[in-house]
Amino acid sequence: MSVAEILETTQYLTFKLEDEVFALDIAKVREVLEYTTVTKVPRTPDFMCGVINLRGGVVPVVNMRLKFGMPDAEKTVNTCIIIVEVNLDGETTVLGALADSVQEVMDLEPDRIEPAPKIGTRLRTDFIKGMGKHDNKFIMILDIDKVFSADEMAMVQDTGASALI
Amino acid sequence: MRDMSSADKHKETYREEAYELLADLEVALLELEKSPDNGELIGRAFRDLHTIKGSGAMFGFEGIAAFTHEVETVFDLVRDGRMPVTKDLIDLTLSARDHIRNLLDLPETDHNAAGGEILTPLRKLVPRDAEETGTGDSASGHAGDNMTYRIQFRPGPDIFKKGINPSLLLNELRTLGPCRALAYTDSIPKLNSIDPETCYTYWDIMLTTDKGINAVKDVFIFVEEDCKLIIEEICDAGKFGEKFADKKVGEILIERGFVTQGDLASVLGQQRRIGEMLIETNMVSPRKVEAALAEQQHIREIRQKEQQNDHQADTPSSIRVASGKLDSLVNLVGEMVTVQARLSRLSAFKNDPVLLSVAEEVERLTGELRDQTMSIRMLPIGTTFSKFKRLVRDLSKELGKEIELTTEGAETELDKTVIEKLNDPMVHLIRNCIDHAIEPPDIRSAVGKPAQGMVHLSARHSGAYVLIEIIDDGAGLDADAIRAKAIEKGLITPDDELTEKEIYSLILAPGFSTAKTVTNVSGRGVGMDVVKRAIDNLRGSIGISSQKGIGTTITLKLPLTLAIIEGLLVNIGKEYFVLPLAVVEECVELARQDAANAHGRHLANVRGQIVPYIRLREQFIIQGEGPEIEQIVIAGVEGHRVGFVVDSVVGEHQTVIKTLGRIYKDIDGISGATILGDGTVALILDIQRLTEIAEHEEMKAQAGSKKLQSLKEGDN
Repeated sequence: MSVAEILETTQYLTFKLEDEVFALDIAKVREVLEYTTVTKVPRTPDFMCGVINLRGGVVPVVNMRLKFGMPDAEKTVNTCIIIVEVNLDGETTVLGALADSVQEVMDLEPDRIEPAPKIGTRLRTDFIKGMGKHDNKFIMILDIDKVFSADEMAMVQDTGASALI
Repeated sequence: MRDMSSADKHKETYREEAYELLADLEVALLELEKSPDNGELIGRAFRDLHTIKGSGAMFGFEGIAAFTHEVETVFDLVRDGRMPVTKDLIDLTLSARDHIRNLLDLPETDHNAAGGEILTPLRKLVPRDAEETGTGDSASGHAGDNMTYRIQFRPGPDIFKKGINPSLLLNELRTLGPCRALAYTDSIPKLNSIDPETCYTYWDIMLTTDKGINAVKDVFIFVEEDCKLIIEEICDAGKFGEKFADKKVGEILIERGFVTQGDLASVLGQQRRIGEMLIETNMVSPRKVEAALAEQQHIREIRQKEQQNDHQADTPSSIRVASGKLDSLVNLVGEMVTVQARLSRLSAFKNDPVLLSVAEEVERLTGELRDQTMSIRMLPIGTTFSKFKRLVRDLSKELGKEIELTTEGAETELDKTVIEKLNDPMVHLIRNCIDHAIEPPDIRSAVGKPAQGMVHLSARHSGAYVLIEIIDDGAGLDADAIRAKAIEKGLITPDDELTEKEIYSLILAPGFSTAKTVTNVSGRGVGMDVVKRAIDNLRGSIGISSQKGIGTTITLKLPLTLAIIEGLLVNIGKEYFVLPLAVVEECVELARQDAANAHGRHLANVRGQIVPYIRLREQFIIQGEGPEIEQIVIAGVEGHRVGFVVDSVVGEHQTVIKTLGRIYKDIDGISGATILGDGTVALILDIQRLTEIAEHEEMKAQAGSKKLQSLKEGDN
């Protein structure tokens, strides 16, 4: 994934984990919910928070802090769940991403986005579409399909399934 | 007149109907093969063919109609006893059935695809003498001689809305013989008051044919109820036959002696209303015609009444509903149940007696609504069973084996979705029986079994489950061979100690196939794991038992429904779980003291009976410690009683099953989720799977300690 694909001005939703600002393509975001009770599914990795009830549907929630290797934090009034639509093996799946707080929706022109440096981001580079600059701050634009790709989620299955025979 | 979409819709309806008819035809043919003299079955096959042909022609499936007509003609001879039912006939008719089915799936333009390879031998089957008497004798009666019929066809005004195109009917009439149709346009209103969906035109048709009056009636067989139809025989240009279905004005006038036949003959040629003509030519007074009309009207009314009575008697007790509508109904009921749970919770919280009684009423109604909705979706499994008869017949022939399929419990009802998804795995299992399990006749005779193999399908209810058994009397499974193969494939290690049941279940593992030769029927090693996955997706399970040389029994255990179940809500710490109530037998208390006294063994003494239990808190790695007195929910798992230890039992819960989605699809021991009254999510436990996991872990631990033991002994 590279910056080359970002050719036109796109709107992004930014959210915070610790002090860092991340951005998601707004087209991928369905809605933002306040934090509600999440039901943990047993024998799954910590970053899989569990499932919530989204108007009668059951939606899995991923703790973005733990997913990105950051320490977990107390829930605050700002804690929210960003409901995103990701493409998982060619199927659109609805997922929740647990974030510290949601910031704003902003336009970013392609010339303000740079490719992510290979080192120094503390994140897997293939998770990052590019680095945006806004008010002299860097924003990491996430490739949400990659973050929630089937391989990433397969970890869930490996730890969860205690294969019989 | 009609837009394309409504025409397409009618075509779709025809297709659906035709599929059903073809299925029925197949059943009839297969039964006919067993009892070739059964007139009722021959009639059934004939009727199926006739309806496929008739409505095919009406909805523009000419290719199908033409092809089916040929087959129907042959069956007509059979029906008249002029042709015997032979195996060849059944074979050819079955392949004709398949051909029609193919035609249905093809785009209409390809419908002329010849079925010659079927029809030619089929025609050859027709005995010469039967052919000579004429195939035109299609519906008995006065055939052979050319007869002229006068047909008054007055379609009802809403005939277009019913998807009938009168011009197609006229075209069909033309195929019977020389035909002259005269359209009456006098009742068409002015352009600005025309309703384009109403039929204002009516027809008088003169038809000369040698096919007999029934053939003419058959053309209108589907519109009879929606139109006024009078078909009369007219022998030799004007002499009336004797058996009139409905008396005509002119005829009544003759009977009363007002006019002569000669007058009529001259009038008839002009194809207009006789009454009007007669009045115009002053042969009778309008009053007399009126009287005759009244009589005609009278007869018509009586007839109409009779028809109505017939119609009422025939009113079907079932209706056809698109399955999509049913699915959305079930979804709505599911949401309703969830909302009802919230209401119940709220009313319990408020403790208002008025609200409580309303909530109880709603709960009762919702329960009934749920049961009714679920029962609508229930279908007997028999339709699937009858499909397999054909499969067994064809396959056993192909493989040179003699196999009889017997079925039992075809009336057992299962959720529509389950039945649909069950088809493929069942086909696979039956193929396996025929290909691998049942030996060729010579080997069977050598080991003293009857040469004819047996495959028995049975279905029955067992609690909230349906058990489907596939039993064969073949060679049985070779446990040693399976074991050896599994070791070779690296599925198990030579040290693994497995029970017989576990060895058999190895054949369900991916990439496992013991057949030495790969046939085109089965044995590519992709089989059984696909079956297992399909059954797993239905939240069912597969059990295998076998006796070498005697046979194998495969049992599929399937839930009755996939949508809503009765559940028992329990909690562990802050987490809520639902156990399917159908498997729950009782709940007993487990004091911490008792558990401590059991020396770490997870066994409870329930009225003198030893029941092993699983601590869900440990199993699910839930933090914290349980209360002083915990609850053991005792469930029946495959004939055994297993306890599940939870903190407390909350109560009964109507559980609308939601899937956990792709991400959690391989989570073991959890079969889904449901939404509780307070809007949080509770997980549904897969009791059977949890037991299996616990058993397996136990066994691993035991194997580990045994190894340790043997190592120590080796040291000594």
